[in-house]
Amino acid sequence: MSVKLNSCYSLKGPMIVLALLFIHVLWSHLIYYTILIYAVMNMPNLLNIQQLSYVYHTMQGETLAIKDISFTVSKGQFISIVGPSGCGKSTLLSLISGLLAPSAGQIVIDQSILENLKYAIGYMLQKDHLFEWRSVYENVLLGLEIAHVKTPENIAYVEELLEKYELKDFKKYRPSQLSGGMRQRVALIRTLALKPDLLLLDEPFSALDYQTRLNVADDMYNIIKKEGKTALLVTHDIAEAISMADEVIVLSKRPANIKASFSITLETEDRTPLKSRADHSFSSYFNQIWRELNDVPSTT
Amino acid sequence: MTSQAQHDFMKHQHQQKIWISIYQLLILISFLGIWELAANMKWIDPFIFSSPTRVVTTFVDMLLKGSLLNHIGITLYETLVSFTLGSFLGILIAIILWWCEKVAKTLEPYLIVLNSLPKTALAPIIIVWLGNTTKSIIFTAISVSIIVTIINVYYGFSQVDVEKIKLIRTFGGQKGAILSKVVIPANYANIISTMKVNIGLSLIGVIIGEFLVARAGLGYLIVYGSQIFKLDWVMMSLIILGILATVLYEVILLIEKKVQKIGG
Repeated sequence: MSVKLNSCYSLKGPMIVLALLFIHVLWSHLIYYTILIYAVMNMPNLLNIQQLSYVYHTMQGETLAIKDISFTVSKGQFISIVGPSGCGKSTLLSLISGLLAPSAGQIVIDQSILENLKYAIGYMLQKDHLFEWRSVYENVLLGLEIAHVKTPENIAYVEELLEKYELKDFKKYRPSQLSGGMRQRVALIRTLALKPDLLLLDEPFSALDYQTRLNVADDMYNIIKKEGKTALLVTHDIAEAISMADEVIVLSKRPANIKASFSITLETEDRTPLKSRADHSFSSYFNQIWRELNDVPSTT
Repeated sequence: MTSQAQHDFMKHQHQQKIWISIYQLLILISFLGIWELAANMKWIDPFIFSSPTRVVTTFVDMLLKGSLLNHIGITLYETLVSFTLGSFLGILIAIILWWCEKVAKTLEPYLIVLNSLPKTALAPIIIVWLGNTTKSIIFTAISVSIIVTIINVYYGFSQVDVEKIKLIRTFGGQKGAILSKVVIPANYANIISTMKVNIGLSLIGVIIGEFLVARAGLGYLIVYGSQIFKLDWVMMSLIILGILATVLYEVILLIEKKVQKIGG
């Protein structure tokens, strides 16, 4: 009897442990996923664009440039917007930055999660537009001057950025003495000086040659990530869009509306734009987006 | 460090510079020489054409009597005042036109008419209105230079890259910031080159004014000298005028270099 009892016990013990473990795993997964879903659903949306439309008026008539665009950008995200040339990508950025007023729809910026209420948005244009009549240092301070916030702490922040991104020794140089990549870095620091939460990048690499372009994209990406900024990049270069973004939004021809949206997940560790280009799912994303842009029906 | 070829090239360039200076000097010397010779040999009538020696003796004579410095001073003073006022007002009006596009568009045809009009034709009326005074001379000179200044500077302002203006606007800058941070600095070179033209135009205006007002100055000397057949006065005044114009132009060039150093 005692032997049987013993053997019975010896079987029951591991069974209970196993059952407990099973329940534990199930339970923890349940909790884990619940929290994850909850977190994803409640990711703070820095920018919320709802049914945005924009109409251009000229003497030749009116043109619908942007038609019913809705999307959200959450804090820390890097979103690329691709579309054919002249589809209204730059107009979209001008609308978000407030340089243009929308014809219909809404652009909502969540004030509660902003670190910088007054200058929440930094805008980088296609060319660096550094002023030749100013030194590099004076160029970097331009934004602070215009916004009348040339305070000692802001100047200290600029100095810190110049130091961190290897431009300190070039402060007294004229912009024309710098390389294309360095000029772009100066332009980025000029924008960052006002500590914006959201960066709008309007094809900021298009004026550079291919080699420089790849390096500068890496540079910019690292700086943006290091400074913890949210970014919205507009480009017509699919590879560039994928290499930098967490999400790629594809716009149609004019009037621009959203054709598709791809969430980019790459396996590459310590992602940089250059490493992303070598990721094995990169070309698959490229093909999908290319098909979308060219109206080729999906084969899968 | 430098190669032989580079050395030769530099030497060649240097020599060329020296030769050009020699040629320039030769032209001056031969001009003065032939003029003197022709007057002495009575190929030309020295009473009408004067001669270098006569000009020099007249110059020394008038300098010693004290009236010449006074005449030069008056012309210089009038030129500088009208140049400063003309440039300043011209740039100011250009800024106003840039600021209010509606005003600029409205005034465009009038500016074109005024620009084409030979401003010297206004001088007699100005003298009737303002009297036979220095004020009239300065007004005449300003009328000659101001319209060109307005048109040149305004055109430069309107040519400023719209993307650069957009950059200012992305930082929340309004019209004032656009003007002071981009439009004016981008036009430094344009403004200086307008000033180079202006200094010459102001001198033209002043001389015309002095012709008509006829009380003092180099313009007065020229008119009065030709009326009483003192052609030595006229020739001397012309030469002084040439030197004065060159000096004034060089001063503007000097300012240009200074501004380039400061403004880039």
